[in-house]
Amino acid sequence: MPHWIEPHPTGIYVRPADAWIDPSQPAERALVTHGHADHARGGHGHVWATEETLAIMALRYGTASGTPVGYGEQVRMGGVDISYIPAGHVLGSAQILLEHAGERVVVTGDYKRRPDPTCKPFEPVPCDIFVTEATFGLPVFRHPDTGSEIDRLLAALHAHPDRCVLVGAYALGKAQRLICEVRARGHHDPIYIPGAMERMCALYQDFGIDLGELRPATGVPAKEMRGHLIVSPPSALNDRWSRRLPDPITAMASGWMRVRQRARQKNVELPLVISDHADWDELTDTIREVAPTETWITHGREEALLHWCMIHQMRARALELVGREDEDEG
Amino acid sequence: MRQFSQLLDGLVYTRSRNGKLDLIARYMREAPDPDRGWALAALTGNLDIKAVKASAIGEMIRARTDPVLYEMSRDYVGDLAETVALLWPKSEDQPAEIDDGSLTLSAIIDRLHSVSRAAAPTVLAQMMDHLDASGRFALLKLATGGLRVGISARLAKTGFAQAFDLDVDDVEECWHALTPPYTALFDWAEGRSDRPDPAGTPFFRPFMLAHPLEADSVDLADYAAEWKWDGIRIQIVGTGKETRLYSRAGDDITGSFPEIAQAFAAHAVLDGELLVKGEFQGGEAASFNALQQRLGRKAVTAKMMADYPAFVRLYDILLHADEDLRALPWADRRPRLEALLPSLDQDRFDISALIEASDFEALAEIRAGARDAAIEGVMLKRRDSPYVAGRKAALWYKWKRDPLTADCVMMYAQRGHGKRSSFYSDYTFGCWTEDGELLPVGKAYSGFTDEELKWLDRFVRNNTLNRFGPVREVEKSLVLEVAFDSIHDSKRHKSGLAMRFPRIARIRRDKPAAEADTVEGLRKLVS
Repeated sequence: MPHWIEPHPTGIYVRPADAWIDPSQPAERALVTHGHADHARGGHGHVWATEETLAIMALRYGTASGTPVGYGEQVRMGGVDISYIPAGHVLGSAQILLEHAGERVVVTGDYKRRPDPTCKPFEPVPCDIFVTEATFGLPVFRHPDTGSEIDRLLAALHAHPDRCVLVGAYALGKAQRLICEVRARGHHDPIYIPGAMERMCALYQDFGIDLGELRPATGVPAKEMRGHLIVSPPSALNDRWSRRLPDPITAMASGWMRVRQRARQKNVELPLVISDHADWDELTDTIREVAPTETWITHGREEALLHWCMIHQMRARALELVGREDEDEG
Repeated sequence: MRQFSQLLDGLVYTRSRNGKLDLIARYMREAPDPDRGWALAALTGNLDIKAVKASAIGEMIRARTDPVLYEMSRDYVGDLAETVALLWPKSEDQPAEIDDGSLTLSAIIDRLHSVSRAAAPTVLAQMMDHLDASGRFALLKLATGGLRVGISARLAKTGFAQAFDLDVDDVEECWHALTPPYTALFDWAEGRSDRPDPAGTPFFRPFMLAHPLEADSVDLADYAAEWKWDGIRIQIVGTGKETRLYSRAGDDITGSFPEIAQAFAAHAVLDGELLVKGEFQGGEAASFNALQQRLGRKAVTAKMMADYPAFVRLYDILLHADEDLRALPWADRRPRLEALLPSLDQDRFDISALIEASDFEALAEIRAGARDAAIEGVMLKRRDSPYVAGRKAALWYKWKRDPLTADCVMMYAQRGHGKRSSFYSDYTFGCWTEDGELLPVGKAYSGFTDEELKWLDRFVRNNTLNRFGPVREVEKSLVLEVAFDSIHDSKRHKSGLAMRFPRIARIRRDKPAAEADTVEGLRKLVS
């Protein structure tokens, strides 16, 4: 293990650069992979991230001083060459490649391998140390084809013209991807969103992602929303504002929906297995493809992936980072 | 198989009864023969395949995957069949999560029927490779027996009837003349043939039901009075060769009460109340609480039958031999029932006695004085009433005992389901102990108006002390007047008490919590 990079419960410290990657506490110098709240926090002194991630952080935490780093660009910091590589997770998400003293380290942040119309696809980068997420690090998590899940959603919508379908989707990333995916399947009707999601959707549109016609779900007579799709943050699915919707079918777009009990606990009638994280096959295929000397496994179900590396005779260790979970899961 | 596995998924996630019926109806119209017949058999619990033991499924998966990864997955998911369905590693040449359509439901069932126990795991594994996760889950549930998707046989039949605009009772009447995959049934439903002839089979007839009594009195010259017993309504259908028992919903519950079916050899259809005998009642009918020990069990042990001996208190007779008595007035049916009684097993069958009262006032007095634990109230039956399906105005009335009430304090609240999922609509309430602590004594989620529900929801949100997942603990300040039919000893609850049919009678905003009732006070009401 190189002595210049140190995993801590609060993030990964890059010693020669005196910088933290995705620190969970305010840091003087922070390298941020993407805008989700468990990776990007407010209160840092200076942030290096993609332009999109900086814009998302500015929206969520107010303006912070930041240096945009484009995909493929390199910045040098205390003898460490740092580049941002697409991770395919959400708009602006990046893996961070660190090169120092002849060694290469990749920190993935969160990532997935399947196509997403709202962000650039993951690029595998050969490296010595590969720091991977493991949110769905159990072999029971195998996400089905996205198109067939979207078709189930649209079928439910068309089968009930007098009702509406209310889909829970994380406000940053999942919601916009879902909207793009239904557009790609030929659904061009207006889609209703609660006020809390308007600014994030507008940000996506500012970056040139076409979400089609969006309308506010508040202040609209229930009748108008019949036969329509409403996309809301998961935490708001059973909240008071949803009482005014016309007999909603409750759906949820998440990798967790693969397990029946999880879906039933959340009162979901139409579980859609659509995830922005790598599933088990993507995790293991990526480790094979990148072929690092050593794999470090962060947040998620580390034990199973660690065991998989062991039986495939690959060096691996689990890092214990705190406070890493899907935002908006509660 | 995909159509069937999608139906099962839909039934698991759909909460409303109508939603479930729509799903079943659509499947029954759209699925091909004989798949839909087998599906109907599976949904009504008439499919008996036990080729595969749960342990064989565990072995099958351990042979295909790393045992440590399997155990970790099992710990996370919980259910064996679901873990294996999700985990199943397909051969490399197959696309990951696709049901390739090569297996029909009927082909799977044929194969499972014929396979030996030894060969079953291999055969099952081959089938798993062609299915997606939902299909594999459905397959494993079929193979091990028991779908457990939370629907009753009656609901499945109702969905079938809805699909073809039939009356579910007409379906019920011919049901026992049929065997899976029910070709004759579908032929009739789609107009290709006449209804299958149910003659000689023990089929269910719809129950006659009663309205609550709302008038101040009725004339006892027109109405006969008898006790309303607090058990479960049951229909005994005997053909002389075979006897079946049906619940009020038309579900076959013969398996739960085999001693009753075995004791009945008559060729007749009777209506009565299923009760258990209680030691404390001197061999008389015990409270509903005792009967509950026997409900909802598929297999019943000798000990259960000895501890909670079941019997039927008869109310009416619908058929005797081949003679249909339903069109006769009640006054003529009653002597026919009395005449049959001596031929029945006296340990298992008695008759619900009529209440002799000179006039309605005298009856009201008798009703008020009834202390029997198993009495729920009084039934009033028009003496000239035929036995007709459902609730018909002015024929039968139920006149329940006045409910008991207690002033309790709201302690916890939980969100409801379906339309109520945004409301805190399920309330746990408690009474005071001698030490001045509140002990939960029951839970209620009805009795209030929509307006009151909104008020209660706001109260919960504004007075939350703690959150435990979906449950909120509230400030112990709101008194609820709770009405209940009766209260019993219970080992399940810390207070040692269990209420029957608790509901919120009134919100007592005027009453300080400290003046709510005590657990000791409630205990005095135990029957």
